[in-house]
Formats: sequence, C-alpha cells, structure tokens
Amino acid sequence: MNNQPDNRVELRGITKAFPGVLANDDVSFKIAPGEIHALLGENGAGKSTLVKMIYGIMQPDAGEIIWEGSPVIVTNPKAARKMGVGMVFQHFSLFEAMTVLENIALGMDSSISQSELEGKIRDVMHKYGLKLDPHRIVSTLSVGERQRIEIVRALLLDPKLLIMDEPTSVLTPQEVNQLFGTLRQLSSTGCSILYISHKLHEIKELCEQATILRGGRVVGDCDPRKETSTSMAEMMIGGNLKQVSKGDDRSFGPVKIAVDGLTQAGDGNFGMALDNISFSVRSGEIFGIAGVAGNGQNELMLALSGETQSNSGNAIRLDDRPVGEIGCLQRRSEGLCAVPEERNGHAAVLEFSLTENSILTARDRMGLSKNGLISNSNAVSYTDQVISTFGVKATGAESTAGSLSGGNLQKFIVGREIMQNPEVLVVSQPTWGVDAGAAATIHQALFDLANNGSAIIVISQDLDELLAICDNIAVINEGMLSKTLKVGEASIDEIGLLMGGVHGDPFATAEMTEAVHAH
Amino acid sequence: MLIELERRKQPSRTMLYLTPVIAVLSTMFAGAVIFTLIGHDGIGAVREIFITPLIDPYKWQDLGIKAAPLILIACGLAFGFRANVWNIGAEGQYVIGGLAGTGIALATWGMEGWWILPLMCLAGMVGGALYAAIPAFLKTRLQVNEILSSLMLTYVSIQLLYYLMRGPWKDPDGFNFPQTRLFTDSQILPEIIPGTIVHLGVPLALIIVLIAWIVLDKSVFGFQIRVVGAAPAAARYGGFSAKKTIWAAMLIGGGFAGLAGIFEAAGPFGQMVPQFPTGYGFTAIIVAFLGRLHPIGIILAGIILAVSYVGGEIAQTSLGLPNAAAGIFQAMMLFFLLATDILVRYRLKFSSTVTSGDAS
Amino acid sequence: MNDTILISILMTIVGASTPILLAAIGELIVEKSGVLNLGIEGMMLIGAVTGFAVATTTGQPVLAILVAMLAAMAASFLFGYLTLTLTANQVATGLALTIFGIGLSSLMGESYVGKTTEVFGSWFPSGLAEHPQLRVIFGYSPIVYFSLIMTVAVSYFLRKTRAGLILRAVGESDISAHSIGYSVIGVRYAAVLFGGAMAGIAGCYYSLVLTPLWSEELTAGRGWIALALVVFSAWRPGRLLLGAYLFGAVMTLELHAKAAGFSYVAPEMLAAMPYLATIAVLALISLKKSGASAAPACLTKPFKPNA
Repeated sequence: MNNQPDNRVELRGITKAFPGVLANDDVSFKIAPGEIHALLGENGAGKSTLVKMIYGIMQPDAGEIIWEGSPVIVTNPKAARKMGVGMVFQHFSLFEAMTVLENIALGMDSSISQSELEGKIRDVMHKYGLKLDPHRIVSTLSVGERQRIEIVRALLLDPKLLIMDEPTSVLTPQEVNQLFGTLRQLSSTGCSILYISHKLHEIKELCEQATILRGGRVVGDCDPRKETSTSMAEMMIGGNLKQVSKGDDRSFGPVKIAVDGLTQAGDGNFGMALDNISFSVRSGEIFGIAGVAGNGQNELMLALSGETQSNSGNAIRLDDRPVGEIGCLQRRSEGLCAVPEERNGHAAVLEFSLTENSILTARDRMGLSKNGLISNSNAVSYTDQVISTFGVKATGAESTAGSLSGGNLQKFIVGREIMQNPEVLVVSQPTWGVDAGAAATIHQALFDLANNGSAIIVISQDLDELLAICDNIAVINEGMLSKTLKVGEASIDEIGLLMGGVHGDPFATAEMTEAVHAH
Repeated sequence: MLIELERRKQPSRTMLYLTPVIAVLSTMFAGAVIFTLIGHDGIGAVREIFITPLIDPYKWQDLGIKAAPLILIACGLAFGFRANVWNIGAEGQYVIGGLAGTGIALATWGMEGWWILPLMCLAGMVGGALYAAIPAFLKTRLQVNEILSSLMLTYVSIQLLYYLMRGPWKDPDGFNFPQTRLFTDSQILPEIIPGTIVHLGVPLALIIVLIAWIVLDKSVFGFQIRVVGAAPAAARYGGFSAKKTIWAAMLIGGGFAGLAGIFEAAGPFGQMVPQFPTGYGFTAIIVAFLGRLHPIGIILAGIILAVSYVGGEIAQTSLGLPNAAAGIFQAMMLFFLLATDILVRYRLKFSSTVTSGDAS
Repeated sequence: MNDTILISILMTIVGASTPILLAAIGELIVEKSGVLNLGIEGMMLIGAVTGFAVATTTGQPVLAILVAMLAAMAASFLFGYLTLTLTANQVATGLALTIFGIGLSSLMGESYVGKTTEVFGSWFPSGLAEHPQLRVIFGYSPIVYFSLIMTVAVSYFLRKTRAGLILRAVGESDISAHSIGYSVIGVRYAAVLFGGAMAGIAGCYYSLVLTPLWSEELTAGRGWIALALVVFSAWRPGRLLLGAYLFGAVMTLELHAKAAGFSYVAPEMLAAMPYLATIAVLALISLKKSGASAAPACLTKPFKPNA
C-alpha cells in the first residue's frame, strides 16, 4: 500500500452528448483511496450518465479517466470490474425469475463452481453483516434484500471503487443506517465510494467530499460536513428553491372518501394482498401513505382508482356513496381521479400525442367526446389549457408524450387530472424522478386543490416528501395499513419502524441465512 | 464513413408514409436482381408483375375483384393489429364465411327472392365472426395465444371444406366431382359494370372500409383499440377493458374475412369448390402492414398486392415464371417495409469518426 | 396386436415426432433468449428444399443436411437482422419469413417436384437396423438420434452451463444483462441462428427421410405445431420431448387409421386432429396457471442498447 497514487480515480474533462442534450460537459473531479465522495445533483443533471462511463456501459465523447495514476479506456463493465470498479444500480440489474446465487454468478467474470461461490458469498455476508439466502428467487425478496444482492455481488470482486447510484431511495430509515454502516466499514479498508444522491442530509452525514452537478456541468466542490443543506441545495438547483405555500388555514370539512375494511387477494406470484385497509380523508386534507416499495402500494392505488374493483361497494365510499364495485370510468364521473406511479405506459401513452393523452382520462368529465365520437377541437383546447396552466414545456398539444422530459410529462399528467376538478385525487409518487422546479409546481398544485376543498391521497416511498406536504400519514406494510399518525407529532423512528414491519428485518431472511451457514 | 442511427425525438410522419413506397420500390429492384441471378428475365418479371396489370385496361377488372377481398380482410385485421391482437387465421375465417354463406345458398337452392343474397352475406359475416370467436374465447378465458389458435383453426377449416365437398354438400348431378351445385341467379352477386366481372362485392367492400376509417380515426372505440394495443395498463387506467377490446377486434376481423369469403363464393366462384382457399387471408396480413393499418393505406396496398397477383399470372404465361414468384415478391415487400420501419423512429446519421453509439 | 404392427406403429411415431422435436428445441433456445421467431415453418421449408436438391444432385445426404442447415440459418439471420439490428416487430417479421419461405421453397423446388431420393436411413448394420424387433431401437435415420442428443444437450446447457445461464439472463432482463456487461444482441443472434439450424435439419427430415420427396408446402404447418409445443413445454426440454412424442402419436393415429380402413370417422376429421389437439393442449396447460408465467420475461420485447 506504499506507492499508491494519490487518487484512486480522476476524471478529466469528461463530455458526453446525446441527440439534443449535452449530458456531461467537461466534468472533472478526483476521488482518493478510502474516500466517500458524493455526486450531487437533481434528476437530469447527468449523474447517471457519468457513472455509466466510469463503469464502461458507455464511453465519453471527450475527456479521460485516470485510474490509479494512468489513463484508461473502460470499454465495458467487465473491464471496469477487472480494474476494481463495482456498481450498485438505482434500478437494480437483477433477474427476477432467477435465484440469488444465479444473479451473483452472472456478475462474476469467471466461471467458478457453485459451492465455491456459496463459500465466498458466506464470507462476504459474515464480514459485513449482510443477510441473504442464496437459493431464494429474487422476485420473492424485498427491495432492501434485492439491494443487498447487488452489494454482495459488487463486494465479491474486492472493489477498489464502489459506485452507489441513489441507493437509499427504496430503503427504510433503519435500512439506511445499516447501509451507511457497511459503507463506512468498507471505506475504512481503503475502498473508495462514489455515492450518488440528491438527498442532502444523507450526504452531510456520510460523505467527506462532494461534487455538485447541474445541467451536466460541475458547479461546485465542497466538504458537505462544512456546508449547510440550503447552500448545497442552492448550488444544486442554481438559485433559490421555489417557495411552496401550504396556506395557513388548514381546516378540514366533511369526510370525502372513506375506505373501510378493504381486503383483496394477491394476484399471482408478484402481487401483494391487501388486508383490511381502513382510513378516511376529509375535504381539504392531504393524506399520505408511506411504505417501502412492494408492500401493496400498487395494489392499493389500483383499488382506489377503480382499475381493480372490490367485491363490496361499501369498501370504498365517496361522499358516502358506495363506489367499491364500479370501474374507473364511473369513479371518475363520480369525482375520483387518479395519477398512477408509472408515467411510461400507465399514466400516459408515450407514443401518443398530449391531446390523445388528454382523451385517455378526461374525455367524459371534460366533454372531449360526444356520442362515441371524439371532439378533437375540445381535446386540443383542454390540452392547451393544461400545458399553459402548469407550464409544461412542449412544442404543442400534438407533441408525443414520449418527447417530454420526465418532469414536464409529470406536470402534464398531474395537471390533466387536477384540471378535471376532482372531489378526490389519488396520486402515487407525484414527484418521482422529477426536478425541483417541477416538484414545486406539483406540490403547489396539490395544496391549491386541497384548499379548494378536495381530498387528496398521496402514496409515496419518499418519506421526506410526505412529511413536507401531508396533514396526516399512515404506513403500509405487507398489505396492511397502520393507524393514522398526525404529521408533526410522529417521529421518523416510529414511522421507520412501521415501514420495516414489526419484526424489523424480516425474520424469514435470518432463518434462511442460518440455512446457508449450515451448508 | 459510418452510418449511425440516431433516435428521433418524435416519430417521423413523413417516413411513416414514405417507407411503404420505399419498400415497394426496393422490392421491384431487388426482385429484378434476384430473378436475373437465378436465370430468369428479371427486369421483364418486374415489368410484367408490377407494371403490365396497371397499364392494361383489360386487367383492371381483375385488379378490382382481387383487391376487394384483400382490402376487406386487411381492414378487419387492422382493428386487431392496432390492438395488438394477432389474428393470423383470417384465411380460416374466410373459408368458414364462404361455407356459411354456401350453406344458405344450398338450403335456398331453387328458391327466388331478394332476401336470399343478403341472408347469405349475413351468414358469411356471422360465420367468420363465430370462427374468430373461438380464439377470442381461448385468449380471454384461458390466455391461449391467438396466433397459434387462429392459425391451427385455419388448417381445421380447410379439412372441413374438404369434408363437405367430398360428402354432404357434393353436387348430386356433378359427376362425383367434389364441389357444390352452381349458385342460382338469386344467389350470385350481380355485376355492376355490364360486360365485366366486377361484382357488387367490390363497391360494398369499399364502402365498408370507408366506414371503418371513420370508426378507427374518429370514434372513442377506435381510440380504445389503439390504447389497448399501445399500452394495456394505460388502457385499463383510461377505463377500457382489454378483454372486450380483444373480443371486438377478433369479431370484426373474423366478420370482415367471412364477408370477403361469401363475396368470393357468390362472386367469382359462383359455387363452393375445394380450391376456394387461395391465400387471401395470409396476403391480407401483408396488405394491412403495407397500408400502415390505416383503411386508406390499406386500399392502396390492396391494389398493389392485387397487381402482384394479376401480374404474377401474366408473368407465368408470358415469361414462364413459376407461380411462386408473386408470393416471393409479396413477402419481400413486407420484409423491406419492416426493415425500413426503423427510419420512422430513427434517422440516419453519417459520421466520419468512430464513436460508440451507446447512450442511456 | 402382434409385434410387427406394434413396432411399426412405434417407429412411425418416432418418425412423426422427430422433426417437430428438432424444430421446437431450436425455438426453445430462441425464446429463452427473449426472441419469438414465428418463421419456423418458412425455415423448415427452406431446409427441406435445399436438402432435397443437394441430395438428389450429389447423392450425399450428410452434405445435404449441412447445406440445408446453412440455408435455414441464412433465413434466420435475415430474421435476426430485421428484428435485432433493425428492431422490427418480431411477430410480423416471423410471419413474413414464413410467407417468404413458402414462396422461395416452391420456386426452388419447382424442378424437383415428383423426383425422389434415397431415404437417409439408419447407419447401423442391417442386422440391427432391419432386425424384426431390434429395429425399433436401431432402425432410424441418424437425425432421430441427433434430435434426442440435442434435447439432452440443450437441457444440460440451460441448467448447468454458464453460457446457458447467460442466455436465460438475457431473456429474463435485457436491460440488466446489458448493464452488467453482456452483449444482449450477440447472445440473441447466436440463439436465432441455432434455431435456424435446427429448423433446417427438421425440414430436411421431411424431404430426405419421411417422404422422401419434394412437394409444395411439404411441412404442412408442422412448424406451427413446434411453436405450440414450446409453449406447452413451459420452456423445459424434458416436457418438450414428451410433448413432441405425444403429438407424433396423434399424427400416427391418423395414418394408421387410414391404412386400417377405419371408417367411422371422416378422414378429414383425422387430418384435422393434430391441429385440434394443439389447441386443446394449449387450453389445458393454461388451466394449470404455471404456463404463461414460465415464459421468458423479455419475449418479443425489442432491445436497442442506445435507445
């Protein structure tokens, strides 16, 4: 370890262009051995593109990567792994229908026997206190466990640089703490960590150095421990954060939507059953549903929007009218609109124009169709209204949804529903993958809608967001909903424990780990 | 110099309409080369197959009666293909439609009345739709792939045809030939242009296709079909039932094919014979794609494919080209269309430097 | 029933099963990589006609099979180029390949209609191959043994080898496979070409062993049955073998019923049996739930690394 170069890796003038956008523009920074280095930036700032180049998934148009003192060209991920770069992806690079062991074997670059691999996995798990059963099928695992697979897979190769792309967006607060422990342990053995995030408090807690990206360019380097969250946020956003105001007078009217004992069997192998879910939301109230991904949020969303129907009409009551048995078309006419989490192919059809995407959900409420025929002029004018009211950046109502950026498309979708003046709006992940400006617009629109007397349900994995915008909150875990907590009174720890379930780490995993040790 | 593909921000409408033309021209060019290479008169073949039927007015009536069934079937298939419902058993639905109408014709043989012909057409349409209902049922109830079921049923329908021709429906005065009686005057589609073979089915087919155009382009149902095809989850979110859409698409596809079947039987054939399945149901798949699943495009594409059929027959007699030649040209058109499809979503970029094209 | 009839029935079953088994084994690999090639029938016909042409001209059956394999691989390459490189719709391209194969094979085979060639029979000594009883084991064309070996080999490949693991990974999640550094397109090309090779040999089996002659559309839709078998097998080679022999038995029933003058059922009904049986089987497996979910997750999904 004596004549180690000063830097593990150094980027010099990295530039990468895609049609119509410069994703990285002359990006330079360096990471020392053992350093935990943050790469901070908004959605769309170019963080993912940059690390994909370090990991060899794509190559820079210009600039060079210096690895331990000498310039390298990383042709593909195999070459990166050989150098000593490991990566944990934001959207995991896992194979759902395969076992943990097979998934890990696919990340190895040489063929080793199954028993040898199992032995190595056991060593790594023991060393870092990570629990996994190598013989489970990935689709049966929780999100936290899936991330552990990626981490184990990376650690098996003894990386000198570990890249973590937005690792905490799917974890409970407790799991985040566990992860930080692992990363600190790793860093103490000399492994450098490149930590990508837009969560400032995490970066302040974990990282020693930070590079801030905006619009593909480096706009600042700092020691996050010495900065305030506001100063970093301003660098990241490039100006002051748009102020959102919730309004002072938060008084709630009568109950708008009441869910009472909603129970539903799980669908097939992947679905989560809903178990006796009850809550109610009043006029003017914003109600949050927190939870780790895959605990029944999707199923609850579909059940609320009417995409799946309940056996009992009274399971969901809208202004005291039973709506549980009717489909989404009728629920929309009754005044319940919804924005599902996935923009791509669920909330919007990417190949269709914005006008056609308006027709998709607003045709009855807003008179975009008459007697089974589409009224194109009405559809276009409604679409234009949404575009101008919500400041959607698009070339016009005829541009395809797929040509919009994530933030603009989300503004359009939320706007399309809000402008139908729903009595109740159900929104899932309203600001997922959206830049701060768009997020502020969307939050403000939700506040305004609530202040006009609608009831709003927000389902989100982002606890910070829920705490910022909701009046009340409940946690969904394994298809069951916790009691309602008042925002401001509930502690993060309490909510975190509810998110992880009563047992904390699922006991099943611990059992399985023992089985592995017995091998 | 390298040619790279660069994704377009918006799909190109120009390319959407231009690529079918490019495909036809490329087919003519490649066809000439290939047939020359295997020892035929390549340029002559292209001329006879693609040009002669168009410039010889005597052949226009042939074009009309060949294009009509292709257009009608393809238009029905377009409903399905837009909805991502892959009914490729139109040939079977065409046969069953023909048989159902023939059943009425045989039952009313010797009778007279204006009602006989409409009844035959109705029977043909219902027969085709019911035959398509089998794959629709299997798909919506049992998740059986409609490609396989509809295709298997085509083979079954042909066996049924053989059975009926050989047995129960055989013409009693037909010297034991496996075919039905000739239809009577009340059972035959009248000629609309005296002295030609152009029958009433041709304008009827065109009218139906124009109605389909309005439905597909202007109605909520047409919108529903496209949403279900493009994004099933979005369709459910928009309040459209995928199952109902599959049923509708299959029934329309089968109904149109069945109608084309009885138009053929009561038109050019004037009876039912074992040679009835001529592959229109399969060629219509090419017509549907070449016409970009749009009724107007389908009319043009139907004419082009009819040209290749008629031209194939001309080339057979004038140049001694094998009868499979037309089929090869037709398949080539589809290949070229599929190959050039990428130009709708990507543009060609000529670059002189080597860069890696990977991006996220 | 006496031995001779039983043995001859068994042998007909093997004969009818072999080509669909071969074609289906090829398609199974193709689909495991996430690609659906509906052009099996077309590739089989191209294999059948080229094999027959080479066999009648040279009298070299092994050479004929090799050429047939290469010809069908060329056709599958065309499919691969369109669907993998140009990301064309797999369903439409497969259909086009079948229509093209039907046309091309009848064009190429026109001068061969009515000719026959020597049956590409057993390589075992005639004492075994023509032995009244033992011929049930030794009396087959080498292609039959090859099809069985391939089934075992494919099964082993998928379950035990690293390459098989990578193939399955590519079919399961193209994006994941790409991001950890595997060439999705490369793997899929290899699979598609393998599928072509198997379909080519399967086609040859019709023109060199079963009939042995050339006539238009010789394979009579058996390529589609092979496709259905892959679904039936839930993408498992063992069940594929079982399914292929089951279908072989159904088809043989038709032949033997005809030969025995079985007259209670119309011959057309018997001829329609394999197709009806296919539909029935597809409906039955879906009742068991496991069927559809066993499909590779990326089946028919186009992949473009720079998309």
